[in-house]
Amino acid sequence: MIKKTRFKGTLAGAVGVSALVAAVAAQAQTLNIVSWGGAYSESQQKAYHEPWMKKTGDEIVNIDRSSNALAGLRAQSQAGNVTWDLVDMLPADAMIACDEGLAETIDADALLADAPDGTPPSKDFIAGSLGECFVPQIVYSNVVAFNTEMFPADHQPSTIADVFDLDKYPGKRALMRKPINNLEWALVADGVDPKDVYDVLSTDEGVARAFEKLDTIKDQVIWWEEGAQPPQLLADQEVAFGSGYNGRFFNAAVAEGQPFKIIWDAQVFELDGWVVPTGKLDKVKDYLKFATDTQRLADQAKYISYGPARKSSSAMVTTHAATGIPMKTHMPTFPPNFKTAIPKDNTFWADHNDELTQRFNAWLAM
Amino acid sequence: MSDSSSYPLTTADGVPLKTSLRRAVRRSRLKALLLVSPLLAFLLIAFVMPIAEMLWRSVDNPEVATALPRTAEALADWNGEALPDEAVYAALAADLEAGDKARSLGKMASRLNYEKSGMRSAVMGTARRIEGVEPPYKPALIAINADWGELATWRVIQRESSPYTLSYYLAAIDRQYSPDGDIVAVPEYMQVYVGLFWRTFWMSAVITLLTLLLGYPVAFLLANLPLRHSNLLMILVLLPFWTSLLVRTTTWIAILQSQGVLNDIMVAVGLIADDARWQMIHNKTGTIIAMTHILLPFMILPLYSVMKTIPPSYMRAARSLGGKPLLSFRRVYFPLTIPGIAAGGILVFILSIGYYITPALVGGQSGRFITNYIAYHMQTSLNWGLAAAIASILLLVVIVLYMLFNRLIGVDKVKLG
Amino acid sequence: MALPSYATRGERLWHYVFLGLCALIFLFLIGPLLVIIPLSFNAEPYFTFTRAMAHLDPSGYSLRWYHEFFTSSAWLDSIKNSFIIGISATLLATVLGTIAALGLTSRHMPARGLIMALLISPMIVPLIISAAAMFFFFSKIHLTQTYLGVILAHTALGIPFVVITVTATLSSFDTTLIRAAHSLGANPVRTFFKVVLPLVTPGVVSGALFAFITSFDEVVVVLFVSGPEQRTMPIQMWSGIREEISPTILAVATLLVGLSILLLTTLELLRRRGERLRGLSPG
Repeated sequence: MIKKTRFKGTLAGAVGVSALVAAVAAQAQTLNIVSWGGAYSESQQKAYHEPWMKKTGDEIVNIDRSSNALAGLRAQSQAGNVTWDLVDMLPADAMIACDEGLAETIDADALLADAPDGTPPSKDFIAGSLGECFVPQIVYSNVVAFNTEMFPADHQPSTIADVFDLDKYPGKRALMRKPINNLEWALVADGVDPKDVYDVLSTDEGVARAFEKLDTIKDQVIWWEEGAQPPQLLADQEVAFGSGYNGRFFNAAVAEGQPFKIIWDAQVFELDGWVVPTGKLDKVKDYLKFATDTQRLADQAKYISYGPARKSSSAMVTTHAATGIPMKTHMPTFPPNFKTAIPKDNTFWADHNDELTQRFNAWLAM
Repeated sequence: MSDSSSYPLTTADGVPLKTSLRRAVRRSRLKALLLVSPLLAFLLIAFVMPIAEMLWRSVDNPEVATALPRTAEALADWNGEALPDEAVYAALAADLEAGDKARSLGKMASRLNYEKSGMRSAVMGTARRIEGVEPPYKPALIAINADWGELATWRVIQRESSPYTLSYYLAAIDRQYSPDGDIVAVPEYMQVYVGLFWRTFWMSAVITLLTLLLGYPVAFLLANLPLRHSNLLMILVLLPFWTSLLVRTTTWIAILQSQGVLNDIMVAVGLIADDARWQMIHNKTGTIIAMTHILLPFMILPLYSVMKTIPPSYMRAARSLGGKPLLSFRRVYFPLTIPGIAAGGILVFILSIGYYITPALVGGQSGRFITNYIAYHMQTSLNWGLAAAIASILLLVVIVLYMLFNRLIGVDKVKLG
Repeated sequence: MALPSYATRGERLWHYVFLGLCALIFLFLIGPLLVIIPLSFNAEPYFTFTRAMAHLDPSGYSLRWYHEFFTSSAWLDSIKNSFIIGISATLLATVLGTIAALGLTSRHMPARGLIMALLISPMIVPLIISAAAMFFFFSKIHLTQTYLGVILAHTALGIPFVVITVTATLSSFDTTLIRAAHSLGANPVRTFFKVVLPLVTPGVVSGALFAFITSFDEVVVVLFVSGPEQRTMPIQMWSGIREEISPTILAVATLLVGLSILLLTTLELLRRRGERLRGLSPG
């Protein structure tokens, strides 16, 4: 899906302004921005792109390739023809892009906007969230949601252990066709403290234990590969539970009125943010500064239930733009939602993803 | 005319006929070659060289040697019995420091991580902290990451310093190097590819058999009807053949999914209960049904063209000689159609094992083919060497079958539509 | 296929069972294509027949998915791209393939079998392998993410079809016709245009149609070689099917079935014309 929107300067009448417009128009450029598509791209469109296009006359082209962004970036750099100007990525991919020299290193305090009260970015972004080449936008969460109509009102699931309990809560489960999240959840459902999940997963016995737990629900699982699938499967009642991104479930529930409820227990949360392909820093640095300032990050939370990555923005989160409901309780970082949250360990996954994915695939084929 | 040399036959201008003929043949050979050469040159660039590049990628192994040149050299004559000495550690420290500055370590870290999980963070983590580390490097590096104190780490680096590797091929057949450098099977819980190759082959065999079972009667009917009727029915075979593959796959999703047309009909007529809908898609069944449909014309057309050449009088003769219908069919007609069965069978099988789109869309997780892993490693895991190795193995199978096809039938006998 | 008069009762029964069986197989072949046509007129965003549709209630049907298709810039752009790429690749493949076919049908062509096997191989090598290989090589020579790259790739895939159809036409070409034309007083130019060309054209055109449909329907290579600029219609469908199946896909599918009927009809007419010209059938 490629959207093209161009703001045409119509202010040319006033003499004083026309010079300014001419100056802006001379610099107006097209930015190819890669993101996830769907509701998430729309929230970026409304909160970042539209105000920016209005301000500068730039044209922003949305490219929905984030799920294969690293492959795309590598291919473009190898082809010597990088057409992407800014890429929305997960921190794990950003780290690899950075290590391979595909992404620009970002000096946050020099390049990004201070908070309104003057706090420098390095202090304003959530501790540890800024990467060498990575500017976070949001905190999102991987959760399991269920269709409330598929269980009696007095017998609704509430914990991750319930997802693994076929006796109490029968029905199919839609889970992502990757080991990430599933192994963490299997261990928590098996009684591991969310804090110790990665310590346990670092041992062979821990991995075996996670797979054994997954074994118990294996024949009831439909494995999904695209983020849009689980809400759809849930809506069609093809499954009772579905794992996915909390924002997508929020959107389906609030905007489309689907009877979905999120199980916040053992949510696996992480960041999502921008990476600047090597050589593109000069072109996008103004946009990057604008799109990651306090106001823009707070604005995004009006459109989707992801928490802003700046502390100064969190205080400004208000209501959902379309429905007017308060957003705070729908955020992954809302304290009652956050009690048993697992911070995704990107170093663990950078080391073990290849191995565990192969093991996971072998397990699937068994 | 016993001695033709004394009275050579000549053309009008006095050139011996033999020479003239030879010259003419040579000229027309050259002309034919010249006509074909633009296409050959084009295919060389757009097709043959890409395939060669892919084959080369499956063994190419530049990452470690490029990113750790000093270490590779220092390790060259390490015997692998005990941890290497300080010089090697110093070389590693120098390589990591230089690589960290140039940001050139990433691919090497990923490469080593394929061989030994944990190497990525060992390399990158150490590189980030290498600046200002004082000699002796051996204890310093081991203190930063304990992996540097393991023999296995150094054996992997030494082995993968070589410019070519068999690791990708080993991985593609569920094998690996043991810490001692022997080739061993990966643990059972990690075995993926061999099983998938077999699944691809046996599912393709099932699909080929099904297309034969369905295609044979139809081809027989088409070959024995008057031309007017058979032309009309032929359209029913050719239309799906000409329709977009994605369209045909989409229709099977619409028909087979659990809220789909077929289940809805069966529920509506009371054949099955609403909560007991059949799972006919996103599994092997889905792949087999959709692919049988998609590949059926490729079976019917070669069968038809062979059956068309069998005079109906043969069967009549067999009957009039007293053969029972079934016996006459088995003894007379069927053997004559074997070339068609071979042509269609090999064609369908070759096409089937290489299919990607349909298994990816309707195969769910039990109905996917080895091709899905080529795409996965190309696009998601970015392990291009492994993708190239799997593709090369599949290519070898296809080439062998293609040669068989060529030997038995001849590519120039392939007809379309 | 009439029954002989001496058929026994068992044979008659078998005959009808056989015809029934064939009817079922034809239904299997063609039914799925017919099912999607009414589904594409669904008024609801479902992928199956709704109650209203089953009762032939007009309110159950609508053109909304066609409307969606024709007003979506993403879909329209993708069609444009598909035509640009398809037509360019077809022209290139047809020219190269036809010239080569002239050489291949020469009696003196050396290493004919080997060369033929090579020229046909893009049709035989699995697309995913070609795609991966082309991705590796094209990115090295900076052809990925360009129209030229996709066009060259599709040309390679279309060539076998052109070579097969044109060589088939040329080898069934009756050279006595040329001599006949000469003896009746036609000069070589006139002979070429009046006799050779009309006889060869159907083969060339049907080869071109095959090449075009190959490109027009190709996903895998485009998926690997193209950039966002070269998004074609099959890519648009592919991501649509993978992500969320909306009935817009069915509307597109129906239009594509229409297109294939059109192409098939053209091909059939060409074939008949070719046969008539060669005097093989009364037409």
